[in-house]
Amino acid sequence: MQDTQDLKRVVIEPVTRVEGHGKVTILLDEQNKVKQARLHIVEFRGFERFIQGRPYWEAPVLVQRLCGICPVSHHLAAAKAMDLIVGVDKLTPTAEKMRRLMHYGQMFQSHSLHFFHLASPDLLFGFGADVAIRNVIGVAEKHKDLAVQGVMMRKYGQEIIKATAGKKIHGTGAIPGGINKNLSIEERDSFLKDIEQMREWSRGALKIAKDYTVENLEQVAPFGSFDSNHLSLVREDGAMDLYNGNLRAIDAQGEKIFDQVSPLKYLDYIAEDVRDWSYMKFPFIRSLGPENGWYRVGPLARVNACDFIDTPEAEEARKEFMAVTDGKPNNLTMAYHWARMIETLHSIEKIHELLEDTDLQGEDLVVRGERRPEGIGLLEAPRGTLFHHYRVDENDQVTMANLIVSTTSNNEPMNRAVTKVAMDHISGQPEITEGLLNHIEVAIRAYDPCLSCATHALGRMPLVVRMVDAEGNEVAKKST
Amino acid sequence: MTKEQEHTMAKPKIATTSLAGCFGCHMSILDIDDRILQLVELIEFDKSPINDIKEFTGECLVGLVEGGCANEENVRVLQEFRKHCKILISLGDCAINGGLPAMRNTIPLQECLDEAYLNGPTVHNPSGKIPNDPEIPLLLDKVYPCHEVVKVDYHLPGCPPSADTIWQALTALLTDKPLELPYELIKYD
Repeated sequence: MQDTQDLKRVVIEPVTRVEGHGKVTILLDEQNKVKQARLHIVEFRGFERFIQGRPYWEAPVLVQRLCGICPVSHHLAAAKAMDLIVGVDKLTPTAEKMRRLMHYGQMFQSHSLHFFHLASPDLLFGFGADVAIRNVIGVAEKHKDLAVQGVMMRKYGQEIIKATAGKKIHGTGAIPGGINKNLSIEERDSFLKDIEQMREWSRGALKIAKDYTVENLEQVAPFGSFDSNHLSLVREDGAMDLYNGNLRAIDAQGEKIFDQVSPLKYLDYIAEDVRDWSYMKFPFIRSLGPENGWYRVGPLARVNACDFIDTPEAEEARKEFMAVTDGKPNNLTMAYHWARMIETLHSIEKIHELLEDTDLQGEDLVVRGERRPEGIGLLEAPRGTLFHHYRVDENDQVTMANLIVSTTSNNEPMNRAVTKVAMDHISGQPEITEGLLNHIEVAIRAYDPCLSCATHALGRMPLVVRMVDAEGNEVAKKST
Repeated sequence: MTKEQEHTMAKPKIATTSLAGCFGCHMSILDIDDRILQLVELIEFDKSPINDIKEFTGECLVGLVEGGCANEENVRVLQEFRKHCKILISLGDCAINGGLPAMRNTIPLQECLDEAYLNGPTVHNPSGKIPNDPEIPLLLDKVYPCHEVVKVDYHLPGCPPSADTIWQALTALLTDKPLELPYELIKYD
């Protein structure tokens, strides 16, 4: 291993306009040539361990506290696993559709938040724009209509979550075997009133993302890009399905690595590598090994992996997207934005479909079966495939929890994107400016990482250090 | 300097951070929805994860802190917030009492690390090493609420506090009026 002592160290800390806590370190030689660039996640939670001993019905409300941006994803993945624990393989139509509505509401708000609040300043003002305007307030000042759209789209999604989960953040709607409320006529009508506006704004956002990618293809195509495998859930007929499906993995050319793998068999197909040079685990496809088996997840992977989208406008948009790469998978990091806006349109189409379904006013909310010792719940969270796996003993206490969150699967891709951008844009520059460093963050943001999600299982072997205040009182002790 | 710039200069500043939290409190700040446009008429954002200001640019009137302290970096950032913010607010249950991350306080840290890196069913770790690097902040032995580390002026409870609660608190502070929190805003699940 190369001696890094003589190298110059540049740090981006914290990585901003992403969810959670991360930093980037870049090591440079005397000529400012990049020798190493890495994305570090700097938090540890320990969920898998401290959830042990808790009653299983607490999991859907506890585990969502991993992440305040997409709590619904964890809420629902845990609830799906707990459905199996209480012996339920099929929910009532009302329960299944209420959960789907909650999930599409979540997808709609999370994607809107990412596109308008977090990523749009880079796309509208340029990667190296003045730091004072390169944020959502700057967008509000220069493009008020867009900022208002972003705020109102996110609000619409959050209101749907509130109507289905009880609260906008960390709700309680999904329970093992079903759901605890239906959708009232009043709630339904309040959403239907604005649905056409939301559809219109979603089309507009899709057009911005598409035009940006197509018009700047020469710069966008190489930016942080590389070939990769892609993983996603798909429905039995190959359609995109964000709430339920089987696993499909394809390679960079679109050849299937595996297909229609039941979520219950995920352990046979996916593992997570621990490497001594990093702190976040590196998921990979077992048959390909850790070196070649890593893969992308999220909007780009989902649009690449599915055969079609079952809503008309998003399907049209998918065809246009795939035409750019002649039907082969799109491996451009910056194409995530376009794919994300296709899914935003898909989500509002699905919400519209569900709102017109009278099953949402049904009264049959929960079913029960025979208790089982193990449950696995997978779904497509805004940021990619999310895995929840629990074992529960005869006292109803959780004995094992394994979580692979979406952003962890994108660990290797994000590190590759960081390295690529550092090599292409920073290496050899006489002066490393703030604007240049933002290029690195632009590549990370394309993945919409949820770093506090991914930090549920990160950390470092600690040493003993005591922290004392001015009077010599111990205020904090670092652990052994 | 234009009149507009002068106006901007005169606005009080707000800084926000998330320590050992889930960003849910920050999402609740954004849940004030279009009122954010009114808010930026009253204030200017300094260091915050919603912009790219990574270090304080000056003194702030209000600091909103989400999350407790789980590692040395959290402590450092919290102390910096205390230093630069006239009024420091613990926002949400993690800042106030450690919240869900503090569930690890009853379990030896080593067991949490072992579960994550050695024992989990998808772990592939032939070397048996638990990652260790100087770039990662040291973990504290347990998760501490903010007021055990620095003086905190106000506590806004909730997981997360609702957007209306945050709005009421901020506008009361900024307009120098008493804070009114009706029952619905301090009722929790």
